[in-house]
Amino acid sequence: MSKPRGNRVKLLIGTRKGAFTLTSDPVRSAWNLEGPLYLGHIIYHYMVDPRDANSQVMAVKTGHLGPTVFFSKDAGKTWKEASRPPQYPKATEKGDGTLDPEKSLAEMTGANKGYQRGRKGGGKGAKGGSAVDIVFWLSSGHESQSGVWYAGTAPPGMFISKDGGDTWAPVQGFNTYCQAKDGLHGEGETPGGQLTHSILIDPRDAKHMYVSISVGGTFESTDAGASWTPINKGVQADFLPDPDTPYGHDPHCVVMHPQNPDRLYQQNHCGIYRIDRPDVKWDRIGKNMPEEAGDFGFPIVVHPHDVDRAWVFPMDGTEVWPRTSPGGRPAVYETRDGGSSWHRHDRGLPDEHGYFTVKRQAMTNDAMLPLGLYFGTTCGEVYGSIDEGASYNCLVRHLPEIYSITATLD
Amino acid sequence: MLVHIPSPLRSYTKGASKVDADGASVDEMLNHLDKQFPGIKFRMIDENSRMRQHIKIFVNRETVDTVRAPLNSADEVHIICALSGG
Repeated sequence: MSKPRGNRVKLLIGTRKGAFTLTSDPVRSAWNLEGPLYLGHIIYHYMVDPRDANSQVMAVKTGHLGPTVFFSKDAGKTWKEASRPPQYPKATEKGDGTLDPEKSLAEMTGANKGYQRGRKGGGKGAKGGSAVDIVFWLSSGHESQSGVWYAGTAPPGMFISKDGGDTWAPVQGFNTYCQAKDGLHGEGETPGGQLTHSILIDPRDAKHMYVSISVGGTFESTDAGASWTPINKGVQADFLPDPDTPYGHDPHCVVMHPQNPDRLYQQNHCGIYRIDRPDVKWDRIGKNMPEEAGDFGFPIVVHPHDVDRAWVFPMDGTEVWPRTSPGGRPAVYETRDGGSSWHRHDRGLPDEHGYFTVKRQAMTNDAMLPLGLYFGTTCGEVYGSIDEGASYNCLVRHLPEIYSITATLD
Repeated sequence: MLVHIPSPLRSYTKGASKVDADGASVDEMLNHLDKQFPGIKFRMIDENSRMRQHIKIFVNRETVDTVRAPLNSADEVHIICALSGG
C-alpha cells in the first residue's frame, strides 16, 4: 500500500461532464489542470483511498446508461469498471423458486409508501423490486479494513466493496431498514432527491458508523450496519407536519471530526447543527450565523486538528429557495468556537453578482499546514485558500458543474 | 443475429457499431452480449430486468418493452439511447 507522501496537493474533481485533476507546485501557488477523464460521464463522487494513495474510485452515470463505479489501483493512470456495481438483490422468489419480478420485498412488507416532499415515494422499488438509479456517495472503510469502500445510492441504499471497488454487495441491514420504514426508500431527481450520503466510520471502531439520507435523517449503527437507530433529536424538519418525528429530516452533509469522532457537525436543509456523543440531541449552532447569510447550505468542512473549527458555504434559502449565494455575494463562513460565533470570509470571491453555489461533496481541505481549503462551484470554478480559509484565489474556471472535490498529496 | 450498438455503449464493444449475438429472447441476447463485452448489460437493464429509462430496444424495427420478448437468429436488433430534452 502507498500512503500519500508527496508535497504537492492534488485535487480530484468530479463534474457533471467528466473528471479532472488539479495539481499544485510544492508551495501551492501554481496549479496544473489535467483531464477530462470520462468526458460526458456524470461523476458524482471521485475519491482517493486515505489508506492507499494508489486506490481511487469514481461513482459514475451517464444521461442514458445505468449507474456504475470505476476504480483505479495505480493512482488514476488506468481505470476499470466494477465487475459487479452496486445493485439490489433480484426481486423475491415465488413459491416454486422462480423470481417474481412483480413483487418486491418492500411490497411484501407493506413498505415503500413514501412521503417525499412533492414526490411520489417508492419509485422503482414500488414495482418489480428496487434498482439502484445513482451511486451518489463513496467512503473508504476503516483503517484496519484494507480495500473496503462503502457506497451510498439513490434510492437510498448502502453497499460495500471489500476489493477496492471491483465488486459490491448490499449492506443488507441498512437496505432492509430503509425499505421497512415508511418514507425511507423513495426516488427523485438527483442531486436534490432522496439519497444516501455522509457514510462516516468511527476510526476507533470499524463497527460504529453513521449514515445520512437526504431526505430521511441521520442513523447510527454499532454492529457494522446490521441494525440502525435514528439520531435526529433537536434537528428541525420545517417541511414535515410532525416536528418531533424520529426521522424524515434532511441532512445535506454530516462530518465527523477525525481527532474527536464524538464531535459531529451537520449542514441540514433546516440549519447547521453540532452534537457531542454520547449526547443524543443536536444543537442548532446555525442560529448564531449572521442573519443575511442564514444557515442553509450543503457542504461543511472541519479543521483536521481543531475540533472547534469548521467552514460552511451558505446559500439562499428564502422564499422560493433560489439556492444561490445570498445576495449574489458568495462567502465562506467559519467558526472557531464550535459554532458559537461565525465569521465571513470573502476576500478573493466576487463582490457582487456571484450566483454560484457549492454542492455537498465539493468542499474540502488538504490537511497541510497552514491548512488549504478548496471548493468547486456550480459554475465550474475551483477556488482555493492556503491561509486556512481567510482568502481565496480562483484556481481554474470553465469546468462543467462541479459535484465533488477531494484532496490528496502527490 | 445482428445487433446495432449506440455510441454511448461502444466503449464496451471497442468502437464497434454492429456486433453479433445469440439468444432465443432479448434477455438471452443481452446475456450473450455481456459475455462478450462485460458490463454492457447492466448499463441498459437494471438488476430486476427492467430496461433503463432512456434505453429502447427494437427488434426488426418494432419496439419491445420487455427482455422476455422472443428472438430468432434472423432478427435484427437496434439498441437505442432515447433522445430527450435539448
